Amino acid sequence: MALLVLIPVGTVASSFLVPADDVWRHLAETTLPGLLANTFWLALGVAGGTVSLGVGLAWLTAVCEFPGRRFFSWALLLPLAIPAYVTAFVALGLLDYTGPVQTALRAWLGTDPGWFPDVRSRGGVITVMVLAFYPYVYLLARNAFLTQGRRSLEAAQSLGLTPRQGFLRVALPMARPWIAGGTMLALMETLSDFGTVAVFNYDTFTTAIYKAWFGMFSLTAASQLATLLVVIVLATMLVEQRFRSRMRYAEARQGQHMRRIALSGGHAWLAAALASATLFLSFLLPVTQLAIWAGGVFSQDFDRRYLEFFGHSLLLSLLATLLVCGFALLVTYAARRHGDALTRVAVRVATIGYALPGAVLAVGVFIPVAWLDNRLADLAAAFLDSGSGLLLQGTLLAVLAAYTTRFLAVGHSPIDSAMQRITGSIDEAARGLGLSGWAMLRRVHLPMLRGGIFTAAALVFVDVMKEMPITLMTRPFGWDTLAVRIFEMTSEGAWEQAALPAVALVLAGLLPIMLLVRQTERH
Amino acid sequence: MPPLLEIRGIHHRYGEQKAVRQLSLTLDMGQIGCLLGPSGCGKTTVLRCIAGFEPVSDGTILLNGTEVSTKDFCVPPERRHVGMVFQDYALFPHLTVAANIGFGLHRMEKSARAARVAELLQTVGLTDTATRYPHELSGGQQQRVALARALAPRPDLLLLDEPFSNLDVTLRERLSLEVRDILRQQNATAMLVTHDQDEAFAMADRIGVMQAGEIRQWDTAYNLYHRPANRFVAEFIGQGVFLAGRILDADHVEIDLGTLKGRVQHACAPDCTPCTDHPVDVLIRPDDIVHDDASPLQAEVLHKAFRGADILYTLRLPGGAVALSLIPSHHDHAIGGTIGIRLEVDHVVAFNRTAP
Repeated sequence: MALLVLIPVGTVASSFLVPADDVWRHLAETTLPGLLANTFWLALGVAGGTVSLGVGLAWLTAVCEFPGRRFFSWALLLPLAIPAYVTAFVALGLLDYTGPVQTALRAWLGTDPGWFPDVRSRGGVITVMVLAFYPYVYLLARNAFLTQGRRSLEAAQSLGLTPRQGFLRVALPMARPWIAGGTMLALMETLSDFGTVAVFNYDTFTTAIYKAWFGMFSLTAASQLATLLVVIVLATMLVEQRFRSRMRYAEARQGQHMRRIALSGGHAWLAAALASATLFLSFLLPVTQLAIWAGGVFSQDFDRRYLEFFGHSLLLSLLATLLVCGFALLVTYAARRHGDALTRVAVRVATIGYALPGAVLAVGVFIPVAWLDNRLADLAAAFLDSGSGLLLQGTLLAVLAAYTTRFLAVGHSPIDSAMQRITGSIDEAARGLGLSGWAMLRRVHLPMLRGGIFTAAALVFVDVMKEMPITLMTRPFGWDTLAVRIFEMTSEGAWEQAALPAVALVLAGLLPIMLLVRQTERH
Repeated sequence: MPPLLEIRGIHHRYGEQKAVRQLSLTLDMGQIGCLLGPSGCGKTTVLRCIAGFEPVSDGTILLNGTEVSTKDFCVPPERRHVGMVFQDYALFPHLTVAANIGFGLHRMEKSARAARVAELLQTVGLTDTATRYPHELSGGQQQRVALARALAPRPDLLLLDEPFSNLDVTLRERLSLEVRDILRQQNATAMLVTHDQDEAFAMADRIGVMQAGEIRQWDTAYNLYHRPANRFVAEFIGQGVFLAGRILDADHVEIDLGTLKGRVQHACAPDCTPCTDHPVDVLIRPDDIVHDDASPLQAEVLHKAFRGADILYTLRLPGGAVALSLIPSHHDHAIGGTIGIRLEVDHVVAFNRTAP
């Protein structure tokens, strides 16, 4: 299983052994410094934004009391349902020079105000990504604040600290691993994002890989860029793990009586206003605009092609979900059977795929598949004496391999945590009652794993549906999905046409959010 | 000088549910008080009211003669100079032992703070662990860090919420004595909450026995055991059985086994002073029945529990009543056999007969 991950990574990395060709030299001299700067500022901006917004909102809904708190505590997760590239093209469509907002402003003022900021800018990309990715930080930080309980804050208060000091000196440092974890997720999404930066024409590694691939047809350049990106991602991960070092964070006992900090009048309204504004900008506004656009083009645009896109998306997602859940089950069982160090390392490697940006994986999967294909073609030619054509390349196999590698971690973690609950003594008890082999699997393990498998399937299904670069780069020719359709429409600036498939994606995306909300509501 | 802590008739509600009712007590400087009661009796709530984490719905709490909690206002916990040791210790997991202890000294200068931390580390005997993190310590060590952290800012009053309940029994006994010594040495005033009487007896000067949000008796351990104010306290503290009896006069009570002489307390209402011929239940503690082979009184052994130095016998008395007796363990009598006993009741405790 680990091989599945190692092959693509090894492939892209080995590209550096190949002498640099002209394309690469050209890239290194012209665009690379710009790419690095762009990626750096983007990562910094998104990290800063998601942390302040996510942690702030998490604190308000987890510990304080203000009007609408119960509603906001789950509603603020809704933006997770909208892929970042959808928020991106909605923002562009609304705020562009020709968009309704600026047009209305010009009509109202009579002239071009000139001060309106350019949306296609670094600030614009960062804002959109913060709005799309803050729920990762929010979710984890809120969880941390809820589980650490009020005890630590009370302890700080009994030692003479005001609630504000207690937040800064106790709650925040104690929640640091969670906040770091959420920020890491947001950063991973940022670094591997392709759709948003493509919409904004903001060049980062992922778009550069895509351009090297399709624009210059240079596999070497594409994979060298990919390697650089992997190095950046892994470095970020290492830094985060160093942070945690020796500290361990025990969870406080649940179910204790909690007295929330009641915010006074002005502060309470300020909190409600912040939560409303965030929810409006990140969810309500995009969804409303999408619905309006989609409604406008529905009658003329919705035809058999859409059923095809939808069918393709559905088929790919279902197949990938099956594969991922199957592999995830195999991996967890392997880890359960053989607890040795090698297996543990293999599992870790196998689940690292999520950190690999889709664009990298596309390159990494394509090259070995192409190689294998050529060998097969040679073999066929030698034996059959006639060209059989290429077998694997440009088939669903390559797409599915890349999906499985990337989303194995997504499916693995819920199944693994469900497996953790089946303790050794449960196995022994079942064996003591005369069950073994398949009977044990059917009557004990599967019922206990069902919830985990379901969660895994839902998460993987939606993630695959939203996935853009892998699909774009490895799909069979002409095999368009909803995400591909969005990419094509947005690259032509046809926002209305892009809205229709986007609505379908958002609806699908709501499914795992509902699962998540149900989980968080239990607290 | 006003008492350090004075509680005047406080009430506390969680929504509709009354957790504390009309509760009053006082604690002088240097004293160790204890609230003792079964779980859910509201004792922790009282502690949290004193600390300022819970408001009171009626009544007053005074610290050093100053009102800190009334039904209209509540001084926030950080301004009360009250330290607290939590049941789960609530040590800060992201800070070392030394940083945990120094946490409340944030207004002190660096050198003064270091000196105070070093002093406390020595007091609780944890100097070697200063740079470790809480999860690297044993339960007993964590408990002592929590104590040191609460003592560091020299609070006027220290509150301890079930401080030993997370520890195993042997450690619990040792630590409770140790903590008592530390509190005495620091001349700290403390209020403790526990459900374990041995712990309360080992640590406290004054103990309040609580039931359903009320203090049933606020007294010394000796008085709670030997002069319980009511049936609940008599049953909750120590062991014993009630035997049916009759008051003869102010100094004599008659039960089946004979007449007990001693000052009769708590029988009937205070206004019926003669009290003659009044039916009562008399509390007989296991140490009220002593072993005497020569005694004409012979009881049947129903059950026995070996306890090392002595054996706790459950006996059927000649009249048919069942009582407990604590007898040195070299007097080993078989179950079903008989044993000679004698009554030696120093404190006659009798209550109005409840059941007919």
